[in-house]
Amino acid sequence: MFYREAGQFKASYQADQQIFPIRQDRVAVWALIVFFAAVVPVIADQYWLKAILIPVLIFSLAALGLNILTGYAGQLSLGSAAFMAVGAFGAYNFMLRIDGMPFLLALVMGGLCAAAVGVLFGLPSLRIKGFYLAVATLAAQFFIVWALVKFPWFSNYSSSGVISTQEISILGFVFDGPTSKYMLTLAVVVVLALAAKNMVRSSTGRAWMAVRDMDVAAEVIGIRPMRTKLIAFAVSSFYCGVAGALYAYTYLGTVEPEGFNLDLSFKILFMIIIGGTGSIMGSFLGAAFIVLLPILLDNFVPSLLGDLVSSSFVSNFQLIVFGGMIIFFLIVEPHGLARLWQIGKEKLRLWPFPH
Amino acid sequence: MQFFLEVLIGGLLSGVLYALVALGFVLIFKASGVFNFAQGAMVFFAALTFVGFQEVLPGWTGLEEGGSAVFWLAFALALVSMIILGILTEKIVLRPLVNQPHITLFMATIGLSYLIEGIAQGVWGANVRGLDLGIEDVPVEWLMESSNILVSKFDLVAAGIAGVLVASLALLFQYTKIGRALRAVADDHQAALSIGIPLQHIWVIVWGVAGFVALIAGMIWGARNGVQFALTYTALKALPVLILGGFTSVPGAIVGGLIIGASEKLAEVYVGPFVGGGIESWFPYVLALLFLLVRPEGLFGEKHIDRV
Repeated sequence: MFYREAGQFKASYQADQQIFPIRQDRVAVWALIVFFAAVVPVIADQYWLKAILIPVLIFSLAALGLNILTGYAGQLSLGSAAFMAVGAFGAYNFMLRIDGMPFLLALVMGGLCAAAVGVLFGLPSLRIKGFYLAVATLAAQFFIVWALVKFPWFSNYSSSGVISTQEISILGFVFDGPTSKYMLTLAVVVVLALAAKNMVRSSTGRAWMAVRDMDVAAEVIGIRPMRTKLIAFAVSSFYCGVAGALYAYTYLGTVEPEGFNLDLSFKILFMIIIGGTGSIMGSFLGAAFIVLLPILLDNFVPSLLGDLVSSSFVSNFQLIVFGGMIIFFLIVEPHGLARLWQIGKEKLRLWPFPH
Repeated sequence: MQFFLEVLIGGLLSGVLYALVALGFVLIFKASGVFNFAQGAMVFFAALTFVGFQEVLPGWTGLEEGGSAVFWLAFALALVSMIILGILTEKIVLRPLVNQPHITLFMATIGLSYLIEGIAQGVWGANVRGLDLGIEDVPVEWLMESSNILVSKFDLVAAGIAGVLVASLALLFQYTKIGRALRAVADDHQAALSIGIPLQHIWVIVWGVAGFVALIAGMIWGARNGVQFALTYTALKALPVLILGGFTSVPGAIVGGLIIGASEKLAEVYVGPFVGGGIESWFPYVLALLFLLVRPEGLFGEKHIDRV
């Protein structure tokens, strides 16, 4: 009843080509953006902004990047954290070495560095498929982290590759508090998410999906697999790179290459599994879930069981719950949280008269 | 030359250990098409269970601490644990996921590895333990005297155990009824089902055997480096071996392991100093990657044919 597109006619090309063709979606997206941009900064306290909302947004962006590669283009990658590292260190070096570098440009340049590296490590995907490729992307993961540690130039000769990010200022406005950093992160994420939403329904996005579903068939109907896969790697790494730069600049402030380890890559992979592969919405849901779950476990398990349990138990319990959740989700809903949302929408369409 | 030989032999011997872990992957991948990322966690679980039983058994049964009775009892109990783990995995994780795409199963095994790590540490605690197999980690004397090459006795014994294991697995696969069934399942699930091979039983057996291999690998690695969480990273060492040798080939795992082990050590010694060292972490991957560009299915893997 409420979610029904009947009666919404598209009378112009513009209306036909909108990112969200259904009015309710448009309203919902705008409402969400307004809520997170105008209401949340007012009601949320510093802890929420700093420890929950900013990481959720950043990981959403990284998950979005991986989702483009794995969910849409079907190339499994286990190296997303490494591309985040390239983005972070790239942006850092542009800020460091070029006087008066605007932050947003540095962000984009960091993303472009990651994209270039991503294309390089994406080259094997032209010949290698499936698990072989997944293992091959591990090469990127280990090599990049090693290179960032071993070549001190990347971290401006600081010890063990730790970098402390510079101050962010755009047009004279300094982003130093959690609120302003949150707003900046939100703005970047919203723009990139809308761009991704737009991209996946363009010819590029449809080519990705064709390659994902069957690459030989896609080739037969005239999609160039090399171009398509490399674009997917580039775009995906760009998103991961920007996410990495934001991770360094707006979330942590101080990062080291070892922080972008395989565990982080897996975390991002879990986000898209739990959120839903091949869904923009799913990246956000998955990121929120994975970031919030440990915080919930940390806060509730000790209070639930009192002093009976030690902290090592809690960390093991976290591992168990984490692993269990992933298996549970794969069994119950292989398409993730986004699929539940989809089902909800279909139900809403008929509600309250399902017959 | 001497030094070169020493490095080469050391690399080959550690390659045998990589091969041992890779073997567990191959067994499961062949029989069920599951790329079992939890193999590393299983190695950790097995070693920890073994050491854990070794610690608690004297208290429970009154057997002499450190005696061979405790050793074999702990070994048997750890083996039983691994088989139970295999059965549970099949029942809880694999059966509900039948007919799902391979990538889903792969991700499920990543979840499984977290689960196993959590359970193992939850039950036995997270502290590092030593494991004594009764083999000394000293250079072999006659080799030392005759040609002045340092080769650890421990490495030799480990390589011997791995060799025996591989040979017996090969015999099992080739000459027994179970082995025939395993090969049939590996070849074609549906065809195997249709001639009456119980797929579920086969999977339990395979996971059990993989658990056994994990136990052996865990004991050898554990005796070398201590039983600790880092054992789970053996899986990461085994992955390049796997893609080099091909996912579906037992000999591939062995040959791949030897190549990776030897080249990794040689590269570390001869190339490492020029780029700052520590290249062991990524060199095997890059080597495997370059190799894949020439042969995308690995050394002994089945050739992939795409049909539309």
